Amino acid sequence: MSEPTPKFKVTVDNITVEVAPGTTILNAARMIGGDVTPPAMCYYSKLPESGGKCRTCLVEVSKGSEKDPRPMPKLVPSCRTTVMDGMEVKNITSEKVLDARKGIVEMLLINHPLDCPVCDQAGECDLQNLSYEHGTEKTRYEFPRRTFEKEDIGPYIQLHMTRCILCYRCVFTADQLTQKREHGVLERGDHAAISTLLSKSLDNEFIGNVIDVCPVGALTDKTFRFKNRVWFTKPVDAHCSCTKCSGKARLWMRGDEVYRVTARKNEWNEVEDWICNECRFEKKSAKDWVVEGPSKIKRSSVIAQGHYENTVKTPVLIDKVLGKSPKLLMNIHDVSDVNRPEIELSKIEGPAHSNDFKTGK
Amino acid sequence: MEKLTKRSVQIDRSPMTIGERVYLPSILKGLGITLGHIFKKTATVSYPEQKRPFSPVFRGLHILNRDEEGKERCTACGLCALACPAEAITMEAAERKAGEEHLYREEKYAAKYEINMLRCIFCGYCEEACPKDAIYLSETVMPASFNRKNFIYKKEDLLIPDPKKQG
Repeated sequence: MSEPTPKFKVTVDNITVEVAPGTTILNAARMIGGDVTPPAMCYYSKLPESGGKCRTCLVEVSKGSEKDPRPMPKLVPSCRTTVMDGMEVKNITSEKVLDARKGIVEMLLINHPLDCPVCDQAGECDLQNLSYEHGTEKTRYEFPRRTFEKEDIGPYIQLHMTRCILCYRCVFTADQLTQKREHGVLERGDHAAISTLLSKSLDNEFIGNVIDVCPVGALTDKTFRFKNRVWFTKPVDAHCSCTKCSGKARLWMRGDEVYRVTARKNEWNEVEDWICNECRFEKKSAKDWVVEGPSKIKRSSVIAQGHYENTVKTPVLIDKVLGKSPKLLMNIHDVSDVNRPEIELSKIEGPAHSNDFKTGK
Repeated sequence: MEKLTKRSVQIDRSPMTIGERVYLPSILKGLGITLGHIFKKTATVSYPEQKRPFSPVFRGLHILNRDEEGKERCTACGLCALACPAEAITMEAAERKAGEEHLYREEKYAAKYEINMLRCIFCGYCEEACPKDAIYLSETVMPASFNRKNFIYKKEDLLIPDPKKQG
């Protein structure tokens, strides 16, 4: 094993990188990072066998390899194609790729409902980002969209099959976690649906992770359902001493209230460490966690709105100048109906209903 | 010296003539202008009885809209609050229960919706951001008040009356 493994030179959008043989084009592009990385809806580096379904990562191979410099005749899915030595790949520099991607986004959106105002995934949705960057403004589809009844998979997970893009990520996650398959894709074609046979609830200590891997809002956290929009909650990295999982999680907080717990995600929106259901759904109190600090959020993300890094707080001098604190003309909390202390939204099991607000004044 | 602008006028500092010193012709000339204005169109309106039409881009008090069947359009998506530069809008969402379908258009609705009019700058960004045509800035001037509490507009204050109940 002393001889060094030969490295393959691959060029993505005129940027050359050396990678180990067997690396896919997508992973080679991710090593470069930035804009040249193709988007991926179904590929998930933590899930073996994933990828090759959504076709958003299509790239053009303009030079096959050093030995065989012919270009590949068709666009290839970069998550499933391994690199060759001297390969030249075009992603955002290729007209063909951008045009194809536009078409793919349109196809993905054909049956996807336009219910982003209702959907809890809005703001951290891969499909939203993808269509914002690559899609067209208007839909050309005039026919009724495929619809399904919403379904509860277990006590904590809500399945909105209407929003599903059939990326199979959750199926691979469930397969990886359990020996026997409990959840998969039923039916074929337009009727294909992620489900559990006979609405059997999924009980596995790690099954909550299917929420994190879902690129759209098909699988959502019922304990967070309609509680708040993601961009109004503040993500902080925290850990706890959990015997089942690593305990490294991300809390989505508002004041001292923990609205939601998710796994930490990296720059490709992929989970760093799986977390268990207890950490995800049960520990909804700040004292269960040791907060490490605010999470790094991309500046372009809507979640970063109103969150500022390295802010300098100017000292309040009015007390010193006046010799007393200024008279408070109105305390907003006396008047406002929102954020009443007697209604703790983060502690309510599922989504809030009209009767939950009756206790307020 | 060359004049800097064409508008500058050389002041005549020569002593006044007798006609000018009497002042009467100037006074009569001035009174004539005043008298002429009586017959001209007035620039003002008698306000409470008469009202000026609003400009089509006027942005006044907010309303929360309902659809034709009287269902609330707002789904508490939070985009108005996100767009609001003054952070005047706050809300809390709830899920529609079975039997409440006649009240709310979507499965999610705003259980609480509040606009702090003391903070609001009437920029109209909330109206622009709304994906559900729920919030509009109406042609109403915000009423004044002596009490700060009266400027916190709750959902009941903002919602338009139910078109079906009015009948």
